[in-house]
Amino acid sequence: MAKIELNRNPFIENALKSRYPQLAVFIVMLVGYIFAILAGLIGTPVGSHNFSIVFVWIAWWAVLILVAVPFFGRGWCAVCPIPLPGEWLQRGAMLAPPNKRPKWLNLRVPKMFRNIWLQNISFLLLALFSSVLLTTPNITSIVLAAMLFAAIGLSTIFERRAFCRYLCPVGGFIGLYSQTAPIELRIRDKQACVKCEGKPCYNGSEVGYGCPWDVFPGGLTKNTYCGLCMECIRTCPHDNIAVNLRPFSADLAKPTTRMDEAFKSFIMLGSAMIYAGVLLGPWGMLKDAAYNVGSNSWFVYAGVFLAIIFGVLPGLFSLGIYQRQNNIAFKQRFASLSTALIPLGMMFWVAFSLSFVLTNASYILTALSDPLGLGWNLFSTANTAWQPMLTSILAPAQTLALVGGLIWSARTAQKAANESWTSSMPVIVYCFLLTSVMLWLLL
Amino acid sequence: MSPRFLLLLFVMAGLVVAFAPLPVQSVTPQERTIDIDARQYTYSPSELQVNKGDTVTIKLISTDVVHGLYVDGYDVSIEANPGQTATLTFTADKAGSFRFRCNVTCGAMHPFMIGKLTVGTNNWLYRSIGLATLAIFGTVISIKQKA
Ligand code: SF4
Ligand code: SF4
Ligand code: SF4
Ligand SMILES: [Cu+2]
Repeated sequence: MAKIELNRNPFIENALKSRYPQLAVFIVMLVGYIFAILAGLIGTPVGSHNFSIVFVWIAWWAVLILVAVPFFGRGWCAVCPIPLPGEWLQRGAMLAPPNKRPKWLNLRVPKMFRNIWLQNISFLLLALFSSVLLTTPNITSIVLAAMLFAAIGLSTIFERRAFCRYLCPVGGFIGLYSQTAPIELRIRDKQACVKCEGKPCYNGSEVGYGCPWDVFPGGLTKNTYCGLCMECIRTCPHDNIAVNLRPFSADLAKPTTRMDEAFKSFIMLGSAMIYAGVLLGPWGMLKDAAYNVGSNSWFVYAGVFLAIIFGVLPGLFSLGIYQRQNNIAFKQRFASLSTALIPLGMMFWVAFSLSFVLTNASYILTALSDPLGLGWNLFSTANTAWQPMLTSILAPAQTLALVGGLIWSARTAQKAANESWTSSMPVIVYCFLLTSVMLWLLL
Repeated sequence: MSPRFLLLLFVMAGLVVAFAPLPVQSVTPQERTIDIDARQYTYSPSELQVNKGDTVTIKLISTDVVHGLYVDGYDVSIEANPGQTATLTFTADKAGSFRFRCNVTCGAMHPFMIGKLTVGTNNWLYRSIGLATLAIFGTVISIKQKA
């Protein structure tokens, strides 16, 4: 299937090149984000009636995992409000570059942190507290505010978007799964980049900033670290940047070689399964343990959680792919074959989220009219009764997502296995076993 | 075999696995009464098993705050005040596995106060695992063909 350059269309090209449409969305998002923080702090402590919980963990989450990531990759990052205040401060401007440069430290992030291990850790930290985070408005507020301030702080110390690249707990998995999306930003012509003087897409110019994500667009081969901020469309003097519609999961044809990315796959796969069991399962003991942070049972829960993610899942995987005679180093094979888990992991999240979101979507109407749970009725939807949606198609939809993910992963495994001269069968069997467990947990 | 024909074959097999009617084991319907304790944020027992056609009476007793019990797929519900018993009777005429959940906001973990009711056998689970197996075979065969 050929690629289609979306920004050949002058309307799309201009909408992306101009800073105003994006700024308009940014402002709406930022207002919503700050409102969510305030609502969590001053509104009702009842999660299912507070804007912060309902709009972050039901509405935003649904859009993110069911639409934005699968179809637009890092599309969310293109409009995300979290890094904005820091970025504006760092630049000393909200729009085009001003004449004088503001004097922040502008340091380079130390080499040892230039990977996604910190994102793996920040995601896991939130995941271990997720039962409280997902249900308690003021905790959600604190986490949202902490992300905002961490992004501001890092913007004043380091150059570009250090928070997005190395710390954001959400950005890590969006990047991982964005490889499956049918959208990409790439250069049109390699030769143009070779000849290009000054490389303004990376170094910036008077018309725009150097890539905020510390990526050289000319070298892009996968979506993971391009935040789709569209800055390079504005800076490239040779009109060499294309936003392409492409086949799904095109990036996965080139398997990863990095351990931090490989473990991201296991973290996401494992967390989806654990959530499915703990949050949606019928086992009260697990819920108690997950919710009572700090209690003995919570420590056991946290230990088991980490053991599954860092021990059981990668351990079984390693056993499957272990071979005595293979010149390709084990680590490299491990990383490469873990690429196959990316589509499956994303579909695990889709299947899990479908249940959670469809069951609780009616809270969105309630919270819209009464965002703080104070008895308002702004749009006369405050008294909408709780009612699960589309219950009859939930189970078939989950099966479709999981079986579809399994096929997708099996095909990806085949490609990755070819690259490292090994058989894809162990990985396919591994994916099948995990899918069966997930089906059992959800159905 | 041409890949298209193979794909068609597997899609057909998939439809059979997903939708083919199964022989119904006829069990004489019974009346069942089940006592369920509800507390923040769990039911006990939280996993129920009945046969298709049974008349199920749930006696819900809440031991702390007001809780509800709503059965997905059946769309029936009750509410129980602390210390009082609420009774819900319905005919389990749909086979499969259904979540039941609290439908009265009862605290933080309320949205996850969930139990599971299985009526007859949870065929959809077995069908789904069947579909997954079929999917794997299909993929492996198509890979082998290309190789
Ligand atoms: S990485 Fe995180 S903070 Fe940065 S744009 Fe994406 S979601 Fe927002
Ligand atoms: S500015 Fe344009 S042509 Fe120059 S290196 Fe960047 S993408 Fe290539
Ligand atoms: S400047 Fe270009 S390459 Fe860099 S993040 Fe933005 S869109 Fe991606
Ligand atoms: Cu409840």
